[in-house]
Amino acid sequence: MITPTLEVANLRTHFFTKNGVVKAVDGISFKVDEGEVLGLVGESGSGKTVTGFSIIGLVDPPGEVVDGGILFHGRNLVELPDEEMRDLRGSKIAMIFQDPMMTLNPVLRIDTQMVEAVRAHKNVSRDSAYQRARETLVAVGIASPDERLKAYPHQFSGGMRQRVAIAIALLNEPDLIIADEPTTALDVTIQAQILFEAQKLCRRTGTAMIWITHDLTVVAGLADRICVMYAGRDVEHGSVDEVLDTPLHPYTYGLIGSVPSRNRRGRPLHQIPGMTPSLLNLPPGCAFRDRCPRATEVCMEQPPLAPHGPGRTARCFHPHVNGDKSRRAEMEAESK
Amino acid sequence: MPPPIVEIRNVYKRFAKPLDLAAKIAQRLGADVHEEVVHAVDDVSLSIDEGEVVGLVGESGCGKSTLGRMVAGILAPSAGQILYRGGDLVTMPPEEAQRAALKVQMIFQDPFASLNPRMRVADIIGEAPLIHGIIDKAEFDDYVDEVLKECGLDPSFKRRYPHQFSGGQRQRIGIARALAVKPEFIVCDESVAALDVSIQAQILNLFMELRENFNLTYLIISHDLGVVEHLSDRVVIMYLGRVVESAATETLFDTPNHPYTQALLREVPRLESRRSEFQPIRGEIPSPLDPPPGCHFHPRCPYVMDRCRSEVPALKSFKTRWHSACHLNDQ
Ligand SMILES: Nc1ncnc2c1ncn2[C@@H]1O[C@H](COP(=O)(O)OP(=O)(O)OP(=O)(O)O)[C@@H](O)[C@H]1O
Ligand SMILES: Nc1ncnc2c1ncn2[C@@H]1O[C@H](COP(=O)(O)OP(=O)(O)OP(=O)(O)O)[C@@H](O)[C@H]1O
Ligand code: SF4
Ligand code: SF4
Ligand SMILES: [Mg+2]
Ligand SMILES: [Mg+2]
Repeated sequence: MITPTLEVANLRTHFFTKNGVVKAVDGISFKVDEGEVLGLVGESGSGKTVTGFSIIGLVDPPGEVVDGGILFHGRNLVELPDEEMRDLRGSKIAMIFQDPMMTLNPVLRIDTQMVEAVRAHKNVSRDSAYQRARETLVAVGIASPDERLKAYPHQFSGGMRQRVAIAIALLNEPDLIIADEPTTALDVTIQAQILFEAQKLCRRTGTAMIWITHDLTVVAGLADRICVMYAGRDVEHGSVDEVLDTPLHPYTYGLIGSVPSRNRRGRPLHQIPGMTPSLLNLPPGCAFRDRCPRATEVCMEQPPLAPHGPGRTARCFHPHVNGDKSRRAEMEAESK
Repeated sequence: MPPPIVEIRNVYKRFAKPLDLAAKIAQRLGADVHEEVVHAVDDVSLSIDEGEVVGLVGESGCGKSTLGRMVAGILAPSAGQILYRGGDLVTMPPEEAQRAALKVQMIFQDPFASLNPRMRVADIIGEAPLIHGIIDKAEFDDYVDEVLKECGLDPSFKRRYPHQFSGGQRQRIGIARALAVKPEFIVCDESVAALDVSIQAQILNLFMELRENFNLTYLIISHDLGVVEHLSDRVVIMYLGRVVESAATETLFDTPNHPYTQALLREVPRLESRRSEFQPIRGEIPSPLDPPPGCHFHPRCPYVMDRCRSEVPALKSFKTRWHSACHLNDQ
């Protein structure tokens, strides 16, 4: 069997704050194979970013990975000494942030930043590092790269800055890229360009990618597999088609219904009542209980992640299975 | 036929971008530096009928908010006219103008920034109706309760301050405040952009309910084509300060005419399109400080012809209620 590029097993990352323990990530498992794009979706505050930060070793106190394993090519990153982790970061594993200025230094020229990023991990000449920088900028669709390399970040538009940040992530041809909503603030046309580059990269080089987003329409077009998060836990796993066409978990089911879609134009959208619970002192049992139309007595217990076929799991006592209409069939019926 | 509820006639808005210090010094020293002018809105005409929901779409910086703010009366056009039910606010007697202005309300993207943090919800909602004599002091409490309920908020919340609410609830407060002065026309500027999908669905449903209940007319500004398609009867596409196409929602989404609209629609991510091959439009939207001559879209257009580089295509009606600004339609 081929070892997946990344395997996260029962990860728990908690923040020990003055007001109590925030269980930002409280049990999530997934794997990403070579060349595969995993869409990590969930509402604001569900723990997506903290999951990404945990993988790349950027969780700072009062936060701490309290449990679980993060296996990168089979090596457990949780046990890796800081120094080795620093070396992996930016070479084998890279993260693209929602705000490109998390990557870019405002007072340095782009060429300085990119050459340094190459030379920090590879013993190459300044000149070949520059050539590498230039070639990567071209790969993310930046015209006249020589001119751009001489500029400072503030001289770029938001979309162009994000593309430079992506180029920096690609510089050392990482095996794993964690992209945290990098296109959310961008226009559709710029977003499409970035998605296009990301997709091309995974197919060509076998880079594994985790694409974090709350936008189901983006993962529909980009991802191979989906992991849905709710209140710090993974609640559903499956291929893109499985999760979007026949969702099992009531939360996923509701989420899909609330996305405006062609065949339901002008009709009321599905509403999930209530809001995301606070992760501080989450009551026991299923965290979706208060908002769930299917909740019963048993949901006072924590539901386990139950298997529903190969690579298909859901954390729910009453999933949408067995003769339930698929979400798509229901949507079509609603639109009649 | 009654006049349209809002009619925008050849409206322009120019902003002068002030020189920074370095440029000022250079100018003193005799360098050829000029104040730059942004043509945020460049000769836009559009009329909206009573009860219609019009969606306004376009990339960042194309002038959507500027146009919306002019329609809402918050910003004065540099040139052109905006008529409400046939009347021009600028030439109306002041009292009448004020009454007309109240009929148009705007809902902003960031509900937090637009709500006064030191005011209680009851006052945020009731203040304007009281000042404008829509209600008197005795009616205040009942009126606020009623408006809150219409917007899906619990009236018992009214003594609270905005920071004590979630994003979705704050957006509802912003809507309640606009609704409280009994408007006929509402401009929504990216009103759901900052919300989670499930909360966004609640607000979109509320918009549609309110439309039914109060016969409201909307101008919905958004860069989210899914949202616009869901809500609108008609869609207007802007590119760099100009309207390039306008048509009934179904027509526009099924058979877009303008090459820019076609390109834009190809890129809308949809739940139904899986593992798609993204086919991005090359290049970026040019700076509005220095827009290309002729058709603004020509540097990115796959069908560009010679005349496109110099001649501005006029927005022409080529079918009923379907306008497009492209030289291809002349052939
Ligand atoms: N440094 C911190 N201290 C305390 N709590 C934190 C810290 N960082 C994150 N959290 C909490 O962890 C939870 C998960 O946050 P996270 O940023 O991962 O959410 P997210 O899913 O990325 O949301 P969004 O879509 O809004 O980016 C939140 O409740 C957040 O308040
Ligand atoms: N008060 C102002 N002073 C100077 N320039 C302005 C002002 N308001 C807007 N502009 C400029 O006018 C142009 C149009 O801006 P506008 O905010 O209307 O765009 P928009 O379509 O709403 O964009 P977005 O989708 O980013 O909100 C932009 O180039 C902007 O920088
Ligand atoms: S476990 Fe119960 S409450 Fe939780 S999602 Fe399933 S049915 Fe709903
Ligand atoms: S006028 Fe010319 S450049 Fe503009 S959209 Fe039409 S064909 Fe393209
Ligand atoms: Mg996040
Ligand atoms: Mg705007």
